[in-house]
Amino acid sequence: MALLQVRDLTVSFRTSDGLVQAVRGVSFDVQKGRTLGIVGESGSGKTVCTQTLLGLTRGAEVGGTAEFDGQDLLTMTSAQLRRVRGARIAAIFQDPLSSLHPLYRVGWQIVEMIRAHERVSKPAARARAIELLDLVGIPQAASRVDDYPHEFSGGMRQRAMIAMALALNPELIIADEPTTALDATVQAQVIDLLQRLRDEFDSALIIITHDLGVIADMADQVLVMYAGKAVEIADRRTLFYLPHHPYTQGLLESIPGSAGVNEKLRPIPGQPPSLINLPSGCAFHPRCRFVMDRCLTEIPELRTVERGHLSACHLPLDLTGLGSADDSARQQAADAGREKIG
Amino acid sequence: MTKPDPTPSIQRRPSDDDVLLTLRGVVKHYPIKHGIIFKTEIGRVRAVDGVELTVRRGETLGLVGETGCGKSTLARCITRLFPLTAGSIVFDGQDISRLSRRELRPYRRQVQMIFQDPYGSLNPRRRIGSIIGDPFAIHGVADGAERKRRVQELMELVGLNPEHYNRFPADFSGGQRQRIGVARALALRPKLIVCDEPVSALDVSIQAQIINLLEGLQDEFNLTYVFIAHDLSVVEHVSDRVAVMYLGKIVELADRDQLYGQPRHPYTNALLLAGSIADPDRARARRRIILTGDVPSPVDPPSGCRFHPRCPKAQQLCFDTEPQLQPEPGDPVEHATACHFPVAPGEDLTVLTPGIGSAVDQPTEG
Repeated sequence: MALLQVRDLTVSFRTSDGLVQAVRGVSFDVQKGRTLGIVGESGSGKTVCTQTLLGLTRGAEVGGTAEFDGQDLLTMTSAQLRRVRGARIAAIFQDPLSSLHPLYRVGWQIVEMIRAHERVSKPAARARAIELLDLVGIPQAASRVDDYPHEFSGGMRQRAMIAMALALNPELIIADEPTTALDATVQAQVIDLLQRLRDEFDSALIIITHDLGVIADMADQVLVMYAGKAVEIADRRTLFYLPHHPYTQGLLESIPGSAGVNEKLRPIPGQPPSLINLPSGCAFHPRCRFVMDRCLTEIPELRTVERGHLSACHLPLDLTGLGSADDSARQQAADAGREKIG
Repeated sequence: MTKPDPTPSIQRRPSDDDVLLTLRGVVKHYPIKHGIIFKTEIGRVRAVDGVELTVRRGETLGLVGETGCGKSTLARCITRLFPLTAGSIVFDGQDISRLSRRELRPYRRQVQMIFQDPYGSLNPRRRIGSIIGDPFAIHGVADGAERKRRVQELMELVGLNPEHYNRFPADFSGGQRQRIGVARALALRPKLIVCDEPVSALDVSIQAQIINLLEGLQDEFNLTYVFIAHDLSVVEHVSDRVAVMYLGKIVELADRDQLYGQPRHPYTNALLLAGSIADPDRARARRRIILTGDVPSPVDPPSGCRFHPRCPKAQQLCFDTEPQLQPEPGDPVEHATACHFPVAPGEDLTVLTPGIGSAVDQPTEG
């Protein structure tokens, strides 16, 4: 059985402008020792999704289930959740500066975290903190443990966050844009570190990012989100080489260098939709190249394209992949679909 | 003040003498002051420390480097948003590095800037029509109905709906705001636009829209771009030539294909291999050069070659002597590298890689 089983998760927020449907029915599994990548643009609901699992979306209306090792995280009391959070599920956030308290020493913050969950003496917890900082590659960990966060560089702070996340050998680590705030050479160090640690501790890892390069590097399984829904789920190679959903395809073609350096980029036209006023039918239809009449009225279900590859699109399942030949085949299918309805 | 030794200027092909912008030994230091009444200078942030660069008419010069390498400071030197500490900038035959504010005004019409943050660079309390019309007002070019007409033309040009003339920035998404910034930069038909991370705050699909827009405008108006970004694939896509900066200096400068195909500086090599590749098989196949540590502080840069503390090839010479930016034997004259031991084609730097702490001392395996 999967370590984490999320079924039909919905999250919405009541605001003065109306109901914001941030997550609209997302299901996924995370296996032990595996990495799930969640990719999507700003506002696609990828962060809300995982923050809800950690009980961090206060005031939201939450539906569905999220079973972690057989227990539903969404119905736990806050006392129960506190025992799981940090100890069994750890989180690494995007901005390492605002995730560390600026007025406490880095080591103290790790010690506090350990002692909140386990009955260990302060010196023992401190020794563990030094060990962890050393493990994540902080030089002279024994003296740096008493530094304040502002004395660390961005990369070191992110490593300190990773050290804190690892402190209690969690079974699941949720990393929300762990490398976005870092420079390329430091990003390479952190990705390398996360992969090594996942293998060493056999934890499950959820990586949330908008950077398809990080996904290509790290994820075993990839979930693509658009406007609060999972539009495609596939293993890494299938997603990059044989995507089915036009949104995934559009994302891949938007990356500079994807079509050759001198080719013009093919961006997805238009803007992501407002989560208050969602388009009818498939939320992607206003931006889709292959839109059919059916897409305006019917919300596509997540269907199996082939084993382990799911896509929420009305286009025929045998049409997948990038390239102009496939595009024209898709176009024909879209036209045919239109005729059938008309 | 310490005068940094300017690196010798790079030889140019005779056909490339249509130079729009020349930077000679450009230095920008920020003093660090201490004390309340009697402020004494206790140090200097050497943000830009002797940059030699030429930009040709109609080309896109990419400028890459990590946080704190001085690329944004250099952009602000080129646009003369603040005075230089030393060096000179010649634009279209005129030295603009010592001009007063008043004397700079004609220059300001010809050089514009697009900023990174589409939220911070637009005044939230002003309507976008008046934001885009600002350059017209400041330079007294057009007013009244004429200004409105020209603003709406610009809005149409960058893909905004001209009817949204009276809306506020808050009504627009990040990508649309960046289009507003582009329209404002274009208003006076400048010759040079300095783009400081124009797409890094945007989502991938929107980023591609803005890149295509900038490229289209370049063809239409024969614009010259200095394009600053930390995303190497974006720079590769837009640039004709690329300069790599490290701690206030240019360490490598070459044609785009040369730089990406045969990087000579160890830092460029590491940077190129560190960049994310959105292709699982290629991502797994490459071997990253994991550099140790972080970029040192520009207040007290390392002696000799500034990259030596992180460089896998560093030797005593790198510690003692600063390398000059010059073409290496065998390279085209256009390809300049500031390194004593440039990387040979096919050389594997990963075998030299020192580790960052005990947990991470082996190179990534596929």
